[in-house]
Amino acid sequence: MGRQLLINDLDKEGIQSISGYKANGGYSALEKALKMKPEEIVEEVKKSGLRGRGGAGFPTGMKWSFIAKPPDVPRHLVCNADESEPGTFKDRFLMEKKPHLLIEGMIISSFALGANTSYIYIRGEMMYVFHILEKAIQEAYDAGYLGKNILGSGFDLDLYVHCGAGAYICGEETGLIESLEGKRGNPRIKPPFPAIQGVWMRPTVVNNVETLAAVVPIINMTGDEYAKIGVGKSTGTKLISASGHINKPGVYEIELGVPVEEFIYSEKYCGGIRNGKKLKAVVAGGSSVPILPTELILKTAKGEPRLMSYESLSDGGFQTGTMLGSGGFIAMDEDTSIVKNLWNFTRFYHHESCGQCSPCREGTGWMEKILHKFLDGHATSKDIDLLWDIQGKIEGKTICPLGEAAAWPVAAAIRHFRPEFEEYVKNGKNMVDVKHYYRINKLQEA
Amino acid sequence: MQSESTGSPKGMDVQKYSNKKNLRFSDEALALSQKIMKRYPEGKQKSAILPVLHIAQAEFNGWLSVEAMDYVASLLKIQSIEVYEVASFYSMFNLKPVGKCVIEVCRTGPCWLMGAEDLVRFIEKKLGIKEGQTTTDGMFTLKTVECLASCGTAPMMQIGEKYHENLTFEKCGTILDDYKNKGEQISHWRKERIKNHTDIHQ
Repeated sequence: MGRQLLINDLDKEGIQSISGYKANGGYSALEKALKMKPEEIVEEVKKSGLRGRGGAGFPTGMKWSFIAKPPDVPRHLVCNADESEPGTFKDRFLMEKKPHLLIEGMIISSFALGANTSYIYIRGEMMYVFHILEKAIQEAYDAGYLGKNILGSGFDLDLYVHCGAGAYICGEETGLIESLEGKRGNPRIKPPFPAIQGVWMRPTVVNNVETLAAVVPIINMTGDEYAKIGVGKSTGTKLISASGHINKPGVYEIELGVPVEEFIYSEKYCGGIRNGKKLKAVVAGGSSVPILPTELILKTAKGEPRLMSYESLSDGGFQTGTMLGSGGFIAMDEDTSIVKNLWNFTRFYHHESCGQCSPCREGTGWMEKILHKFLDGHATSKDIDLLWDIQGKIEGKTICPLGEAAAWPVAAAIRHFRPEFEEYVKNGKNMVDVKHYYRINKLQEA
Repeated sequence: MQSESTGSPKGMDVQKYSNKKNLRFSDEALALSQKIMKRYPEGKQKSAILPVLHIAQAEFNGWLSVEAMDYVASLLKIQSIEVYEVASFYSMFNLKPVGKCVIEVCRTGPCWLMGAEDLVRFIEKKLGIKEGQTTTDGMFTLKTVECLASCGTAPMMQIGEKYHENLTFEKCGTILDDYKNKGEQISHWRKERIKNHTDIHQ
């Protein structure tokens, strides 16, 4: 256990530049890939069992094989670097520290898909990373890894960075495509899927930063070898963004299948809960996935140890499980108010709803208002049922998954922490003063 | 997306920030915009709208007036309404005048767990303004924003391009004093980036 494929050599000198990256074996996968047939690369990725690292976990090789190939119609690969899921910061970390890994992955993937113009859609707030990528792309052009006839293979590729301007919804692939076309980021109804009609109605594949970066080690080590890492259908390594009340927040690359308990408490990873507090709850895969109390995150309902893998985290469905999602691991200590945390998340979804679908546009707003009632001490027990009712009326009734993303945290909080909602109802105003959390120990210590 | 109120021009000379007359990009900004437009297929230059609006914001004092948006529409050869609807959708575009220095404090999830609320109160007290307002000297605008993907280094704020992470009251206070002393316009797409765009490939 403990292999790292993506961020193993960050301590090497100059790894951000092309010379440092090449000195540590960079661009060897590209040289290898360009000697292969595009179908062979797709086959390797299929064999690797790589699943989309943005959150949905859809098999990447399968997604690639869906791309339509009508004659004389250009195809595009778009990298989704619009990392906005609260709790997730792995892509920013990767692009900042090792931009050439993403670029190499994109060249190989573009070759496999037959795309001659590819884009990295990065969120506008990360403008400094935008400039890092632009510089790295220029280096790759100068070295002959981009442009016409790459390394004499006859394959041409232009790679551009495109910056967004602040919208969570543009992380949804059809919202991203609309945004790339210069419009509001309103997601499209599927079908047609982007693989058939994507950006400018041309066949398009949208992949997460980490997914495309993972293509590099897959080509280097072969898909079969990559598939040996991990557990079951959760193959390979995954970047986990750890945040919240832990001793060592940061980005960790784990082999899928590490026990959650080890991840939280071992010195190698999060190093336990800070200030000697007890763990209360964990959001394991970015703010959209269901929150779980300590007993259910450490062990499944069957009493087996919970592992950091797609299957183990979702064991028990939403009744007792959650999802790996984007790997945004948020730990909350015993002083955390689940209700207030939920209000914070719901405010986020209300702010970020694009407004196309009524259930999401209106529902998120009402959920935020009702949760605020709890915080103000005006809520009644009927409000708990009302919240439950509203979330059920959003889930599955919207064009894009933002509806689910907003509904699931509400459902899970009520499911696992109903007594806390009842406490707010019972104590009314008193609750507001008694439980005013987060007097930021960290800020006051300084 | 709901538009965030980004600073009433309270106490500021709005006329000073209006660019009604002779509104046009500098030569460098114009060249950069045209370079960016070429990144998209022929006839799809509308795709350049977000980058060009960022440049416009850097060129025109950190916000987009109706005239600025009309100018961008003329550059991209699209209707003005197409620019308005986009500019009003994305939270990074300020449709009202802002201070020279826009402070954006992350308020979501992990940052909030680590004390973002208190940080906002601290800045409000220090600058004597409320969230969404601009200081009377036109130096600072305070905004709260949603997750900036810096959760492991919470709490944090962004000023212009720069992420300021692992903040404490003291650290935050020092940073704000530094910006005040510099007193220059800070934008996400910085002016010097526009001037030195030779590193951006064709």
